[in-house]
Amino acid sequence: MTDTLYDRLGGEAAVEAAVDIFYRKVLSDPSISDFFDTTDMDEQRNKQKAFLTMAFGGPNEYIGKDLREAHAPLVEKGLNDSHFDAVAGHLDATLRELGVADELIGEVLAIAGGTRDDVLNR
Amino acid sequence: MAEITYKDAAHVCEDGETVLDALLRANADIPYSCKKGTCLSCMVQMTEGDVPQDAQKNIRPSLAQQGYFLACMCRPSGPLTIAQADDAVIYGRAIVTGIDKMTPDVCRVWLRPSTPLYYRAGQFVNIRRDDGIVRSYSLASVPRLDRELEIHVKRMPRGEMSNWFFDQVTPGDGLDLQGPNGDCFYVPGTPDQNLLLIGTGTGLAPLLGVVRDALDAGHTGNIHLYHGSREATGIYLADEVRALADTHDNFHFAPCVSGSAAAGPFRAGRADEAAFADHPDLKGWSVFICGYPAMVNAARKTAFMAGATLPNIHADPFDFRDLRHEARDEVEDKPDLW
Repeated sequence: MTDTLYDRLGGEAAVEAAVDIFYRKVLSDPSISDFFDTTDMDEQRNKQKAFLTMAFGGPNEYIGKDLREAHAPLVEKGLNDSHFDAVAGHLDATLRELGVADELIGEVLAIAGGTRDDVLNR
Repeated sequence: MAEITYKDAAHVCEDGETVLDALLRANADIPYSCKKGTCLSCMVQMTEGDVPQDAQKNIRPSLAQQGYFLACMCRPSGPLTIAQADDAVIYGRAIVTGIDKMTPDVCRVWLRPSTPLYYRAGQFVNIRRDDGIVRSYSLASVPRLDRELEIHVKRMPRGEMSNWFFDQVTPGDGLDLQGPNGDCFYVPGTPDQNLLLIGTGTGLAPLLGVVRDALDAGHTGNIHLYHGSREATGIYLADEVRALADTHDNFHFAPCVSGSAAAGPFRAGRADEAAFADHPDLKGWSVFICGYPAMVNAARKTAFMAGATLPNIHADPFDFRDLRHEARDEVEDKPDLW
């Protein structure tokens, strides 16, 4: 098996299928929705796509420094582990809703979880 | 920091600053309006250097290949030499062929371009008066059905262009026309998809274009149009739209009045609220929202939460600012739409 995780998930089409479901879940969760600006939904959607692409093991330009810089203003506003867990939970639920196999979900959540310290600026 | 040269004068563009902001800071002469990549007023041509992709996102490929880009969307990473856009590439001439004052505050204007304009109903054009003032107007006409372009003009308090259309323009007068722009239009290929259209004020213009385009294309899904205004006098063309609904079983029209007590044939309340109350589940729908920016942005989110995907939500906030360098004074009595 030489296919990457990204390929096994379905690549860009999988990201496209997941992004609106994921973004909707995040916005409907009052404990975290304030961290997701809705004045420019297209821009937010692009950010969610970049995040999902990274979590799916796809080609991305995210590096730790970018994640830190991007989330620093949110950490100042109180972003903490509970919010990170909530987002991870919505990612999990999104993938289940799409019928993704458990083992692949596990791999995605492991990649996403690996960003925790950068996102929370620790 | 990047050095930019515009019309032979050197300027400095700070990190994170757009070319437009740098030029405005230097009092350079450059037209602009929305400052967010929508209206295309600040299109200029790069003659040396590189522009980021974002700055060419909304530009026709043929123009992008010639180096045209939007100054308001360009944060340069290196030195840039920029020329004023070639006017003939951007603007064509058109003449006014008719004006119909439908209400004291809304008129429709028909225009005939000197060269045919290939557009889709619901897109918008920029109209430039001979003294250089530019405004954006959405197209209510449908290329297959109408020989001329049709725009709806709402009279704005102290509005330069709108009052000009109302008080001075007569058939035969000329103006400059740029376009078409924007992606608020009917996309054929899914004839059984349900369509929800919500517009306030002259936001009706592009929506009516979309509805007529869809009906003419043989759309079979349900088409629901909600037109809102604060006062009953702001609901215009209602008889024509109703006639369209009477002859098409799948087209439904709901004029809504949110201000004083709704009378007679009008629904009470805001158009967006009525639309979402009637249609709480928008999964698989295509949604079109035009008009007052605060309504558009709020309705966009509501439509998304109700299940429409973002690529299926077409929004056109009428938020184009004045093209003069100084912003228009805040109008105290804010129109509920324009």
